[in-house]
Amino acid sequence: MQTHASPPGDTPAAAVDDLPPEVSRAIYRDMLTARLLDTEAIALQRQGVFPAYVSLRGQEAAQVGSATALDRERDFAFPTYREMGVALTLGVDMVGYMASHRALWHGGLYDPVASRLSSFNAVVGGPVPHAVGWALGERLGDRTGCAIAYFGDGASSEGDIHEAMNFAGVFRTPVVFFCQNNRWALSVPNERQIAGGSVAARAAGYGMPGVTVDGNDVAAVHTATREALERARSGGGPTLIEALTYRVEPHSTSDDPTRYRDREEERAWRDLDPLPRLRARLEAGGHADAAFFTEAETAARAEAERIRDGVSTAPAPSGEDLFTHVYREPTEELARQQRVWREEVAEL
Amino acid sequence: MQQAINRALRRLLSEDPATLVFGEDVGRLGGVFRVTDGLQRDFGEKRVFDTPIAESGIIGLAVGLAMNGYRPIPEIQFDGFAYPAVDQIVNQMARMNYRSRGAAPMPITLRLPSFGGIQAPEHHGESLEALFAHVPGLKVVAPSDPADAYRTLLQAVRCDDPVIYMEPKARYWDRRPVVLPEPADGPDGAEAADGFDPIGTSRVVRPGRHATLVAWGAMVHRCLQVAELAAEDGVELEVLDLRWLKPIDADGLAASVARTTRAVVVHEAPLTAGLGAEVSALITERAFRDLAAPVQRVTGFDVPYPAGPLEPQYLPTIDRILLAVQRTLEF
Repeated sequence: MQTHASPPGDTPAAAVDDLPPEVSRAIYRDMLTARLLDTEAIALQRQGVFPAYVSLRGQEAAQVGSATALDRERDFAFPTYREMGVALTLGVDMVGYMASHRALWHGGLYDPVASRLSSFNAVVGGPVPHAVGWALGERLGDRTGCAIAYFGDGASSEGDIHEAMNFAGVFRTPVVFFCQNNRWALSVPNERQIAGGSVAARAAGYGMPGVTVDGNDVAAVHTATREALERARSGGGPTLIEALTYRVEPHSTSDDPTRYRDREEERAWRDLDPLPRLRARLEAGGHADAAFFTEAETAARAEAERIRDGVSTAPAPSGEDLFTHVYREPTEELARQQRVWREEVAEL
Repeated sequence: MQQAINRALRRLLSEDPATLVFGEDVGRLGGVFRVTDGLQRDFGEKRVFDTPIAESGIIGLAVGLAMNGYRPIPEIQFDGFAYPAVDQIVNQMARMNYRSRGAAPMPITLRLPSFGGIQAPEHHGESLEALFAHVPGLKVVAPSDPADAYRTLLQAVRCDDPVIYMEPKARYWDRRPVVLPEPADGPDGAEAADGFDPIGTSRVVRPGRHATLVAWGAMVHRCLQVAELAAEDGVELEVLDLRWLKPIDADGLAASVARTTRAVVVHEAPLTAGLGAEVSALITERAFRDLAAPVQRVTGFDVPYPAGPLEPQYLPTIDRILLAVQRTLEF
């Protein structure tokens, strides 16, 4: 049986020193902003602004490290619902993104196509075949974009992911399957979720490389993703990356993890926090000095607060929006119901 | 009918390079019903291709392709196998335009060989129209003859909304010719108008004055047989092919009932919560004062589609429809 208290021991050595300093510093800024925004989001839930929130704390390296490897001009990411760090790294309108946590609009209030980040999706396996379809479209159109599909260890049990990986293996689509194995599928640990104990090991059955990385080592994640994207772009087909990490907070703000895991485990993983770990390496590698960290902290805090204030005060969509986007080519019946709504709901 | 659909697919593939045809066995084999016969040969493996057997994956693929600017025409080989794809159809394809506030339209036409009448094995004959018609964001159409299959498929694929295109398997071998208006000259899809009725319109396939038979798919043909028999006794039945099951032509239903004052809805699906209930309610809401009798329903029973030898007893028979006509006339 796997132990959850210990970090992965068989993963490639961290290679932050190999990254150009401007890249490693940008990664640090994004990870820090994600961390601070996450903290703000939890506070917003406590204040009753968000009905619920799903924290990404502890997974910043997996998310920012992978998303930083994407080419925002030509690649496309498919998230589920815990990929705030990916959204941030891709430059998504974060007020619009966080609006989904405030339940202003399912899927968020950002433009997924322009953002290169598909809509927030709570069916955890559902978006993964979309990534394969999108990637197939790139190949059919002789373009060079790649898709990346984010999912968790729990989602790896869903049939759609297996169908998607098999399709990708058969069609050799330029797609990266990026599993953030944060050890807990809500209350269910890996050994009750993943037969065989490894998501990455499944890749062999689908004819693609399966890579395991230390998900708390941002450089390792970044490098593995970059390599997978390069392979995909050059016609080498899909890759499955399993980033071993940990969800240090509850599954959601409605969850009580004391019922299913012990505090000792959480503490051990907090000690492996990817942020101080990156900071130490940046300092040791001479990528950044004290002035940088002070400035980065100030900027990240300001950005997190800007997003917090933006989403807190964002107006709810108009009731007209109930009807607006159901169809591109509206039906008479829906128009009739909209008139009913105006007369019997909106005007009363 | 399968040739008419093939012709429509051929035309769609010729007209728009964004259209793609894919599914199980649609390529080299040309589909188990030969609906896609020759398309891969003529349009290549990039436009027409076989997929692994994975229905959810097929629709998920279509969703991703649509997000990348394509106009996918996936096929699920048999209706019962749409169930494994229901999440992708209902939670993904139907909602993506809404979820993205219009940024990610889903111009997908899901071709679904549908309904019974061919004594097929389990899962190879089902009536899923009520399921899909219930889902916001989807449009549903079930053509009844070759010409209409041709027209409605062109409309479905050109429509920017996801459409469930239900092909009545029992009518695939209907070989009546497809007669269409002469194509207009000129570019920019001048032909596209084609004088088609708009999406969501029904059509009267046989006019009558004593009662309206409302049907879709293969049941239209059966209702025409009933009307033929009833005419021998001097009863003139109007047969309304509802055709679009979402949106439903409430005006067309009301207009027909206004002429005939009586209605019998005929469908293959089980009775309870079937589309016949919706049709009946629409007629009651829109044409209550015209009605001389309650709307009658003749449907499949609330049992699974039975095995081949029992199927003829499950599907609405001519006699059952005639009895319902008698009930409504004698009310």
